Amino acid sequence: MTVAIVGVGHTSFQSTTPDISFKEQMFEAAVKAYEDAGVNPRKDIASFLTAAEDYYEGYSIFDEFVPDQLGAVLRPVCTIGGDGLLALINGVMQIETGLFDVVAIEAHSKASDILTFPGIVTHGLDPIYNRAFNVHPYFVAGLEMRRYLHETGTTREQCAAVVVKNKQNALSNPSAAFAAKMTMDDVMNSEFVSDPLTRRDISPLADGVIVMVLASEEKAKQLSDHPVWLKGVGWCSDTPWIESRTWSAAEYARLAAERAYKMAGIKNPQKQIAFAEVDDWFSYKELQHIEALGLCENGEAGKLSEQGNFSRNGKLPVNVSGGRIGAGNLLEASALQSVLECVLQLQGQAGKRQVKDAETAVAQSWRGVPTATGCVAVLSSEL
Amino acid sequence: MSEKVKDLRGTRLSAADLESKDTITFRGRPNAKYAWSAGIAYTKYLEELKNGRIVGRRCRQCDRVLVPPRMFCEQCFRATDEWVYVKGTGKINTYSISYLDADANRIKTPILVAVVDLDGASPGIGILHKLGNVDIEKIHVGMPVQAVWKPTNEREGSVTDILYFEPIKEE
Repeated sequence: MTVAIVGVGHTSFQSTTPDISFKEQMFEAAVKAYEDAGVNPRKDIASFLTAAEDYYEGYSIFDEFVPDQLGAVLRPVCTIGGDGLLALINGVMQIETGLFDVVAIEAHSKASDILTFPGIVTHGLDPIYNRAFNVHPYFVAGLEMRRYLHETGTTREQCAAVVVKNKQNALSNPSAAFAAKMTMDDVMNSEFVSDPLTRRDISPLADGVIVMVLASEEKAKQLSDHPVWLKGVGWCSDTPWIESRTWSAAEYARLAAERAYKMAGIKNPQKQIAFAEVDDWFSYKELQHIEALGLCENGEAGKLSEQGNFSRNGKLPVNVSGGRIGAGNLLEASALQSVLECVLQLQGQAGKRQVKDAETAVAQSWRGVPTATGCVAVLSSEL
Repeated sequence: MSEKVKDLRGTRLSAADLESKDTITFRGRPNAKYAWSAGIAYTKYLEELKNGRIVGRRCRQCDRVLVPPRMFCEQCFRATDEWVYVKGTGKINTYSISYLDADANRIKTPILVAVVDLDGASPGIGILHKLGNVDIEKIHVGMPVQAVWKPTNEREGSVTDILYFEPIKEE
């Protein structure tokens, strides 16, 4: 695969942004991304892809509302009903077809506009079998976390360590919405939402926009001194039956990673991957995803996390950006936040939180409850 | 019901059947509520409607005046430059006479929907509104019209602060 990220732009991530519209936010991120790539969207970008879910937006057929602020009027535009990484993968494929040489990807969250977030998530449950109990939809995470802890022997404390780490990491990320100095006790003593899941195990929602410019090998070399290459991609969905999934492991992530690693020629991820940005919508999900990505043995992520293996200065840093827990849960855009962090790190632009001598990274996404869908991308500073 | 459907096996259900206890039905209504942030451009536009004025934004590069205002020009892909007030008069760009309301009920008095190109806005940059105080037979593309406003104390910062557009009587 010979597609690179040649430009990134983003807003800061904030718990609420009542002063500007999603269009104005997108415009800001797009201007920055195009400036970073040195392109004029009206001439140089051939195709535009947005990741959006109509129910998060409160608009039907949201595709129609994006062209103006991306410079995409009267150009090829499409919306991917998935997370930002799926949009990026589709952009990669568009370039691979040879049809386009420069493509823009956008993902955003205007979560603060949603007044009934639990209602929106509940609407994703099977209406006949799974909506009858009038319970907050994060019960699905409670069920999954219980079975994961039960089968692997992972403890609540080890999940809490993820929260402490990601909040701490976010302190060095100026874009992060929810950086904090938090103790294990702060997490352990926060109230239960759906036992064993506590309030602090849950990433808080945030607003933000991320735009990226992708280019073919030839164009990437012209446009950028530091292109970040997509080495492998994968995506995967498990069954929608929450009653018959593998709760103890993120199978969708394992299979998506298998595909991406094969494409990228990664045989030993623990040795070949320098750092990872994984989905941490809930604390235990980070641990599940670390295991699914083969960054440790199954059931070992909690213990290793507690020992600092995945800390910023650990053996294999995970979520140096702060992840959803620290940077903010950007809904479909957190997937691109993960990619953004990989790009900044691989370009040596991550400032205070820069990981040293990193050449290859992995970004992984999950669409949140009640889904079992996610993507994986392997990125590298070397072609 | 078509012949084809009649041939299919099964039991036809009436509305009464669905209400009765003999059939198994499920009811669900999404709890989907939003508070869309209006943003800079929409906010200014709505605030000015409350003041009885119509405001747009000029892009100095293409020299167009965009009404309602946008903070960026979709053609030039750059930030727009300044607020511009336009008149409450203009010409009908296109119109339609709707005999159905929003719930698809047939209505006796049709709703007259029009796009009006306001004087001072660039050609083809129109606003959507209703026509009123007009003889349906006489509506035509290019017809000069003017805004009829709600009384000042009833305006609330909404597009309905303009009641409708009516024909400008020729002198």
